[in-house]
Amino acid sequence: MPDSPGPVAGPSRDQLDATIADRITEIVRAEHGRVVATLIRRLGDIDLAEDAAADALVTALERWPADGIPPNPGAWLTTTAGNKAIDRIRRENKRDAKYAEAAMLTDDTPPPDHGPVEDDRLRLIFTCCHPALAPENRVALTLRLLGGLTVAEIAHAFLVPETTMAQRITRSKQKIKNAKIPYRVPRAEDLRARLDGVLAVLYLIFNEGYLASEGEGLRADLSTEAVRLTRQLAALVDDPEVAGLLALMLLTEARRPARTADGALVTLDEQDRSLWDATLVDEGHRLVRRCLTTNRPGPYQVQAAINAVHTDALDASMTDWAQVVQLYDQLLALQPSPIVELNRAVAVAELDGPEVALSIVDRLDLAAYHPWHVARAELLRRMHRYDEARAAYDRALELTGNEAERAHLTGRRDSL
Amino acid sequence: MTQYMLSVIHPEDFAYAPGDQERAFAQVDAFNTEILESGRWVFGGGLVPPSSATVVDGRSGAAVVTDGPYVEVKEQLGGFWVVEAADQDEALELARKASAACLHPVEVRAFQGEG
Repeated sequence: MPDSPGPVAGPSRDQLDATIADRITEIVRAEHGRVVATLIRRLGDIDLAEDAAADALVTALERWPADGIPPNPGAWLTTTAGNKAIDRIRRENKRDAKYAEAAMLTDDTPPPDHGPVEDDRLRLIFTCCHPALAPENRVALTLRLLGGLTVAEIAHAFLVPETTMAQRITRSKQKIKNAKIPYRVPRAEDLRARLDGVLAVLYLIFNEGYLASEGEGLRADLSTEAVRLTRQLAALVDDPEVAGLLALMLLTEARRPARTADGALVTLDEQDRSLWDATLVDEGHRLVRRCLTTNRPGPYQVQAAINAVHTDALDASMTDWAQVVQLYDQLLALQPSPIVELNRAVAVAELDGPEVALSIVDRLDLAAYHPWHVARAELLRRMHRYDEARAAYDRALELTGNEAERAHLTGRRDSL
Repeated sequence: MTQYMLSVIHPEDFAYAPGDQERAFAQVDAFNTEILESGRWVFGGGLVPPSSATVVDGRSGAAVVTDGPYVEVKEQLGGFWVVEAADQDEALELARKASAACLHPVEVRAFQGEG
């Protein structure tokens, strides 16, 4: 028996078109890095590769709704974009067209390899994240060329005017060309250091999205984009730190649904853990276990392991704090920093009490870092030193602009 | 003979007015030919814009790499010649010709002597 009598209203033609357009946009974005990376290698020109990829998108939007989405959309887009590039060169400069045509026709095999890995996207990410480019430009180029985000989207996400972002990206591309920044995967002896540079860019993109306050949709999308790019990288490079960063992102992202309530930040110990994304937690835990087996620990892997301990506990009281402290000790040995010491002290408070933790915290030179004041406020509160706790909340409030965090801190202070 | 560096100074993000670029290029070609033939040419060339520069500081062992020129100033080095000249007067005369050719001011500095 049907649930309802009479004809069931199917999706309208317009809705279908909108759905197909969304799917096409999604596919094109997912394939953007691969298409552009291949074309840059074949044509030796970033702008031309981008323009051709944009032309191919227009063609896909014209043809796919009628013809259906091709079985291998990535290959279709690359071929179409390659033809569009040749058209463009023909229009602008007859002399180079033959050369480009030859490159597009003959070069279907992987290129001669300078590094241990062959995928063109890897070349592209190492070029985008080259140390000769300023860190904010590495981020913008990576999002533009590999992520396929528009200049307007990137400008919005980083809260700068579109013209500023457009100029930044144009200058960076000019510099790649002018200074001849190589388009290759670094040699084995440089790979480790350069890979760390790439991971730092991806983590920066992730945090830009994660630490944004609510109601800023595009900034949250940055986290999704960072996860996708890191996933791609993890598929291309067999390196435990890449897996570690991916795990760290997944276990952090999994908690996003529980991280705010009514516009206020909810701290880890008070989060409704049933809201956590179980699929992401499972995937993160699997990656952490794999890293442990590999046994080549690095800072991202250890941070992922700390998050794995937290996400393993059914509620905050079941957290294995001894293991958390032990992992922070390991992280400090790998990457000494007062911020790591601060985080370690928060875990020490759970094991040895707030007095011991406060004596560690007060030794740290972090007065300009608002989490230091938050940690002090919470410890002082537990020691019933309410006046000092109130002053510490006030100082933390002066130093943070994030609305969700301000709402949380104001609530904590006023409940004293 | 002493070697002098003739530095071409121009505003950052400089672009020639329409027509000036062709004129400057032709004039610089002629100047280059002249100093080559008179045996004064050592080296010369134009640089990509300062926004494409990179500063490397290797003093602490590992390289600290910074995007962009060493100092952000309105006037930047756009290119230079190294020429042989008998003395300062001759170098200044070469600089006058160089400046007229490339349509920019030119800074003259002698290289340190070998002694």
